[in-house]
Amino acid sequence: MKNKENVLSQHYEINGGDFSNAGNISTQIKETLKELGIRSSLIRRAAIAAYEAEMNVVMYAHQGQFQFSLTPSTIHFTVKDLGIGIEDIELAMQEGYSTATEELREMGFGAGMGLPNIKRNSDQFQISSTPGKGTFLDIFFYLNQREK
Amino acid sequence: MDQYYHSIYFDSEKCLGRRKCMRVCPTQAIRVRNNKAQMLEERCIDCGECIATCPNGAIIPLTDPFGELTKFRHTVAIPSPALYAQFGREILPSKIISGLKRLGFDDAVDLAYTCGKVSFAIQEYIRQYEGPKPLIINTCPTVVRLIQVKYPNLIDQVLPIDIPREIAGREIKKKKSKQYGLEEKEIGTFYITPCPVKMISIKQPAEKGRSHLDGAISISDMYGPLLSAMESVDKGDYRQSLESICILGIGWALTGGICRTLKLKNSLAVSGLSEILQVFNDIERGKLKDIDFIEAYSCPQGCVGGSLTVENLYISYNKILKLIETLEYEKIKACPDIREVRDLYRKNYFFIEGKLNPRPLNPLDKNLNQAIKKRKLKQKVYKALPQIDCGACGSPNCFTFAEDLVRGKAIPSDCIFDFASNDENLSQEISQLVDNPVPLNSNPLKKNKPNKD
Repeated sequence: MKNKENVLSQHYEINGGDFSNAGNISTQIKETLKELGIRSSLIRRAAIAAYEAEMNVVMYAHQGQFQFSLTPSTIHFTVKDLGIGIEDIELAMQEGYSTATEELREMGFGAGMGLPNIKRNSDQFQISSTPGKGTFLDIFFYLNQREK
Repeated sequence: MDQYYHSIYFDSEKCLGRRKCMRVCPTQAIRVRNNKAQMLEERCIDCGECIATCPNGAIIPLTDPFGELTKFRHTVAIPSPALYAQFGREILPSKIISGLKRLGFDDAVDLAYTCGKVSFAIQEYIRQYEGPKPLIINTCPTVVRLIQVKYPNLIDQVLPIDIPREIAGREIKKKKSKQYGLEEKEIGTFYITPCPVKMISIKQPAEKGRSHLDGAISISDMYGPLLSAMESVDKGDYRQSLESICILGIGWALTGGICRTLKLKNSLAVSGLSEILQVFNDIERGKLKDIDFIEAYSCPQGCVGGSLTVENLYISYNKILKLIETLEYEKIKACPDIREVRDLYRKNYFFIEGKLNPRPLNPLDKNLNQAIKKRKLKQKVYKALPQIDCGACGSPNCFTFAEDLVRGKAIPSDCIFDFASNDENLSQEISQLVDNPVPLNSNPLKKNKPNKD
């Protein structure tokens, strides 16, 4: 007998340019994963990916939505934003490539590590974008997979 | 579960259940049951925030009384550098050390010099370190416990260099036992402490079986006697006294002192628990990777702000700072020889003796499937609660009450708003998912009613 799947999900709104609240989503997700007894190495990876995804919305978009869901086998983030989008995704995935403004760099952001960091820390990662419209990220972590 | 030693004791005779401690606790480690405050041992990190807020003096810091000295054949006082900040500017460390010797200790040893050695060892370790950054100092036991309990991910970033007081205790026992032909256990090493928290690292070290210290005596307990003992101590030559102060070592009394005296470039100094929480959150997000080293102390301004000190913390902070400035200006270092330290470093003189392990809180359920269900229920319960954090139930806020409830540590009727009585689905879900709940049973408005079951 199979139960209908047991899913915990949480929806967050992100406002572009809202640096003072940036990082809260990642912190809340981290707390939740701790309560569920997820192993700490995986929590660390998920928290870093969540933070980078959240920051990308704050830095480059007007508005975004962060959806977190968790089943006994998978952690899943989808991040959808309305923003400038990405012209060349391959280029954007290169470490050190950044389109951040001087101002953002002065604040210590925009080192060109965000997307590569998400990819490195997740178990599966997909990105699509329409320049001028927005970006969509699909990020997965598998709970039963061996540590990478 | 393991028993945890704590340096804080709740006197239930004196406790009136006024919940002030419960509200200030930064780790939500206090519950009020049957109108008495109780500590959740696995959550408490011994920060001591609760001690000062209790209007009835029911929360007592545990340190050793002077009488402990009689249990040993030879006793040595090892004062925290924070002790040097407790007296007027003209009273320098050498006089304080002489004063201690007249108080009944057989000897007193300046800890600042060992701190200086450890500063060099830290510098050496940072230079060769290639793991995740930043490294975090381990001298404050509250910070170490905070990491074990709330930030287990950061455990590998805690400095594996042993703390100066432990190294000093170890070396003193070795040296004195040889000198007097006694066994090491007959030499009593007593730390003169600015806070009760150091007791936990003596009674139950985070990483090893046994501490090299035998006890801790509070600065506030010995302040008066020490002041009189120093009256008969000759002031000595000012310049000579200055020249005996290790500039690297006295910096350990305050936040940022180590970074400053070592002139570390990429370092950060932070004090106070709420600030530390923010910085640790940033570390977990990978935000502070460019920082090499973090000095973190639970008390404001570092050890000079400890709850067992006497002098106002800003005045004592300033005294140490001025002393550092004077020594810098006079170009006095009085520090250990760095080549000697490097030699000791290679011989593992400085490294901790065991391994620091995380101490994460229990998950909502061991079975992930159940845990997810309980987490969802917790969210539902929280939404149904009034969310005014009145604390009448005995949990510090509605969010924690929701968690206590799904963990079976409270029942719905503990809440004076009876939030679940009109919602049959919710009540049913709670009773299905939570086995054998124990009521908090501390609700003062209901204490005369008999229990339902």
